[in-house]
Amino acid sequence: MERLIAKGAEADLVLMEWNGLTALAKRRNPKKYRHPELDRRMRKTRTKIEADIIHRAKLNGVPTPLLYQVDPEEAVIVMEYVDGVKVRDAVDEMTEADRRQLFKRIGVYAGRLHGAGVIHGDLTTSNIMKRGERLVFIDFGLAEVSVEVEKRGVDLNLMDRMLTSTHYRHREELLAVFLEGYREALGAEANDAVTRMEEVAKRGRYIEKN
Amino acid sequence: MIALGVESTADNLGIGIVTSGKQVLANVLDVHVPEEGGIHPREAARHHSDEMGNAIRLALDTAGVSVDDIDIIAFAQGPGLGPCLRTGATSARALAAYLGKPLVGVNHCVAHVEVGRMATGAVDPLTLYVSGGNTIVSGYESGRYRIFGETLDIAIGNCLDTFAREAGLEYPGGPDIERMAAHGETLIPLPYSVKGMDLSYSGLLTAVTGELRTGNHRVEDLCFSLQETAYAMLGEVTERALAHTGKPELLLTGGVAANKRLGSMVKDIAHEHGAEPHIVPIRLAADNGAMIAWTGIIAYEAGHVTPLDESHVNPSWRMDQVEIPWRD
Repeated sequence: MERLIAKGAEADLVLMEWNGLTALAKRRNPKKYRHPELDRRMRKTRTKIEADIIHRAKLNGVPTPLLYQVDPEEAVIVMEYVDGVKVRDAVDEMTEADRRQLFKRIGVYAGRLHGAGVIHGDLTTSNIMKRGERLVFIDFGLAEVSVEVEKRGVDLNLMDRMLTSTHYRHREELLAVFLEGYREALGAEANDAVTRMEEVAKRGRYIEKN
Repeated sequence: MIALGVESTADNLGIGIVTSGKQVLANVLDVHVPEEGGIHPREAARHHSDEMGNAIRLALDTAGVSVDDIDIIAFAQGPGLGPCLRTGATSARALAAYLGKPLVGVNHCVAHVEVGRMATGAVDPLTLYVSGGNTIVSGYESGRYRIFGETLDIAIGNCLDTFAREAGLEYPGGPDIERMAAHGETLIPLPYSVKGMDLSYSGLLTAVTGELRTGNHRVEDLCFSLQETAYAMLGEVTERALAHTGKPELLLTGGVAANKRLGSMVKDIAHEHGAEPHIVPIRLAADNGAMIAWTGIIAYEAGHVTPLDESHVNPSWRMDQVEIPWRD
């Protein structure tokens, strides 16, 4: 039993049975547009780093899927299937109070992640799943281990960019509660990261500099 | 309706004459080529100022129209190099005032997308806009062109041009690098920097320039590796944005759109996601006056006019700050 459930930019997600469990296989298929050597190197490295970081995040109180099996050569990770909706698709139907609470929690988890020395690399609402009350951070394909303020700032800037491009109706309030949760989890170190986030935004092309 | 458009955001001075029936009657281009190094804003502006009269005259002659046939004067109000922008804006203001015609300020990046849609027939594309000064992935959403990904530091074209100069190749760098890359065989590992849907080219430029200086590699291999790495990064962010937005079309525009390797990547990515690829022909993809004229027409028809006291240029005018009423 195998069923393709999502064709992402980075990988195919296949629903399968694994030792009697319903599992999700994340397969980084070769990209035709990339040079084969670059392609092979990228898929192998990203598979190993992703599995490693999913585990590390979990050890630090950030909910991530359970890992069942990893095959670096084939660039496949077999993991728990999280049956929920993307936060991206849940936001518009939520009440204001629920939305604020949700983004505060997301901020707390982001703070814990950074505190654990993990940079997500694609911290957007497409990569956080929601099932009832349970939140699960997914897609650590671009994640890396780092405590650099710069990388934390870029990570936060990604979330802000997502709010600006996709959740623009609620951008201000959601960014505020997200950062509140982030500061709560990361403590004093959060200040530098948030300041850097603002600097990263200004560094982009054609920002009005006041 | 007939519009005259003035493009002078960087090294290209462009005068375009376009009709509301999508006919490009003239698209005069006069490129400032620096004697050495990259673009010097003041020297490029002086070039534009010296050539402006000739370019406008040539455009009118080519189009076979007189100044009295022109209905509106459009100009690139930003983003771009301040001195160059001001030269174009001054000429546009003078023309509009002298002829008593409406003045329409246009965002240069929006104009790239709009003329690309006009030229290819794309309706609602995700756009990859790559040039010497810009690297932007954008798509229309609720009244604006939203930016989904962009460079966090230098533009792809800037990276190529600077490397080309270091390697003693022609300016602009893209075409020469593409020719050399065709004879490359070895893929030299270079930093690959994608952050979600954003990318960074400064580290790649530093690394490839460093490899060049070691003298351990053939320039062909360096060009090949630079191209494969830099374009794979573009491919990845484009693919991510396409998957994210689910847009039915993928438009490639800007001066770097002339690159065949990048074009083939864009086609592969579009097909992979069931989207239709559109590559804008180079005369309308690189900076040009016709794109400003055309965008001036659709903005004017949507009720947009720029009064003189609001016609100051804005060198850092982001495309996602512009309201796009004509797409509703």
